[in-house]
Amino acid sequence: MELFNIIIFPGFFFLVFLGLFYEFTDRKVHARLQNRVGPPWFQPVADILKLFGKEEIIPEEADSVMFALMPAIALASVVTAYFYIPTWGYESLYPFKCDVIVVIYLLTIPTITFFLAGFFSTSLYSMIGAIRCQTQFFSYEVPMFLAILSPALLADTWSLSEMTKFYSHHPFHWIINIAGFLIAVVCLLGKLEKVPFDMPEAETEIVAGTFTEYSGKFLAFFRLAIDIEMVVGASLIAAVFLPFGLGLNPVFGFILYIVKISFVIFLLTLARTVTARIRIDQMIRFCWLYLAPLAFLQLLISLVAKGILN
Amino acid sequence: MSNVKIPIGPQHPALKEPASFTITLNGERILSMDLRLGYNHRGIEKACEERSYIQCMYLLERVCGICSHSHSTAFIQAVEELAGLEVPKRGLYIRTLVAELERIHSHLLWLGVAGHEVGFDTLLMYSWRDREVVMDLLAALTGNRVNYGMNTVGGVRRDISPDQIKDIQKGLDILEERTKYYVEVATEETTLIERLSGVGYLSPEDARNLGAVGPTGRGSQVDRDVRRDDPYASYGDVSFKVITDDHNDVYGRTLVRVKELFETYGIIRQLLKNMPDGPIAVKAPRRIPAGEALSRYEAPRGEDVHFVKSNGTDKPERVKVRAPTMANLQAVAKMLENNRLADVPIIVAAIDPCFSCTDRSIQIKDPSGGNTGVMSWSQIREYGINWYKKHGIDFKSKGL
Repeated sequence: MELFNIIIFPGFFFLVFLGLFYEFTDRKVHARLQNRVGPPWFQPVADILKLFGKEEIIPEEADSVMFALMPAIALASVVTAYFYIPTWGYESLYPFKCDVIVVIYLLTIPTITFFLAGFFSTSLYSMIGAIRCQTQFFSYEVPMFLAILSPALLADTWSLSEMTKFYSHHPFHWIINIAGFLIAVVCLLGKLEKVPFDMPEAETEIVAGTFTEYSGKFLAFFRLAIDIEMVVGASLIAAVFLPFGLGLNPVFGFILYIVKISFVIFLLTLARTVTARIRIDQMIRFCWLYLAPLAFLQLLISLVAKGILN
Repeated sequence: MSNVKIPIGPQHPALKEPASFTITLNGERILSMDLRLGYNHRGIEKACEERSYIQCMYLLERVCGICSHSHSTAFIQAVEELAGLEVPKRGLYIRTLVAELERIHSHLLWLGVAGHEVGFDTLLMYSWRDREVVMDLLAALTGNRVNYGMNTVGGVRRDISPDQIKDIQKGLDILEERTKYYVEVATEETTLIERLSGVGYLSPEDARNLGAVGPTGRGSQVDRDVRRDDPYASYGDVSFKVITDDHNDVYGRTLVRVKELFETYGIIRQLLKNMPDGPIAVKAPRRIPAGEALSRYEAPRGEDVHFVKSNGTDKPERVKVRAPTMANLQAVAKMLENNRLADVPIIVAAIDPCFSCTDRSIQIKDPSGGNTGVMSWSQIREYGINWYKKHGIDFKSKGL
């Protein structure tokens, strides 16, 4: 049963399915908002299958072990993170005491693998992409931490499962964290390297950034990792900021979960449709001047609310 | 990170045509740029000397896919001047009409490309969709979406019907409304303004000294427009404003182009209203009398200059094309100073470059001594063989 949970449902294959499905909806909605037709439903699957069938080319000067290892690590870490997030029940698959910290850290691993992948590719474009990736990482990570930790502060626990339990006992407390929700969505855009924060792979500037040298199944793994990261990130935001309607029967719970992450992913798609890519220096300024203070404000609100409510 | 040299081109997703920019970077900041052109040399000027004037016109129309009417009109004006032809008024009006429709399609195309370069793909999709309106009008009017083949020596080849005039007016209403929307986007969308303003600064003095033309110059307060300063075709009969902007940066160039669209709509409305009756072309002789003529034309990208020298036969002796991109390229190096790598694509795109139009001739320059000179064919062949030998490739051993 455990193996089934990890590999099939709600583990790896379920996540791959969700990831590819949301890549499709993301692309389709993006296209419709841009007045285009958009891809057919099987396009992401076809892309991945095609990449698996292609030859992998490892640059001569690249470190071949690290080059090949990074995509696998990225994929493994995002899938692992999913096991600690409560989705449609009160509890995640393997809850333990401080899992919110572990989830946040597991979600930073893909960014670090992107950096290392670019760095070990040794090509100029990859190198610049890698450095941008890391620069960006330092600007969105702090607001994201603060935003996710303030609901935890309110619930007085470091465990995601206990957080969801707390919020279902106090059904309207999630409204206090609404600013944190917006901050987390903006930071997730940065984490997923989507417009307006897609500088690490800005195609008109540095070709494909960190992924310039990647091809074949390595690239497929990276793409899968990003797709799954989108689902995991959206699930985390849904679990932390939209913790209502849990503990219903599993079918309704599942439908509600899908609605929640669809909403979060729709916000991501909308943001990338209506904005232009900003420069890396502008992003750092934006994150530290606006997002981080706002996150601190959220922290303050949570602290004050905690004092009043208890 | 120490200084790195990053190649943008000859093949790069930001470039629509091959050109090579080698950019020296310190972190994200640009220290210097080295530009190499010549990947698209097609020998059009030489080919013109082998063809009759009419054939030349079709060939020159293909100098550029976007401003094709500009090149053929500029050439035909020079030929008509040499032949002493008086083009009928209706012919000139239709010529001007196609020229202005072409300006609309070129500016909308540019807007989309600019959006794409700063990662704003929605703008690209929207403006290119709206561009289809004017493309359809051009196709209905001339039979082609690009390379219209509308001109002929002494006038134009197709007349315009009252129905077509109505269609154009209808299309203009749609386009005008959409353009208002783009002005709104350009003046209100924060991320777009952040990316465009202050980027690629070119002071009015520099613009003048480096000879920037068209929207690039007008975006830096250079108040020049051939349509007003040296009216050709029927621009003398219409009234319009020359748009300039005092932002002196990419944002200014964007505003100039978008606002110019409104002037263009005004010009087309006046042309359609006052369209005179009469013939559209006069008969032209096959042989053009000997002489030299220079023709200026305000293409969507700036001033386009054609020089034609005839020798009394049915083929020109020399044709020289100076595309607007050539005049603007010098300014690009200046614009790139003190900017960031992320701004390179949009700064280069802001002059609306057309490298294949620009690649006219190759001058071989010795970078060490600065000697310039002309090499004969056998010399250049010898040089090539030796160059490859030095790099370890011997064609003789490969049986070539």
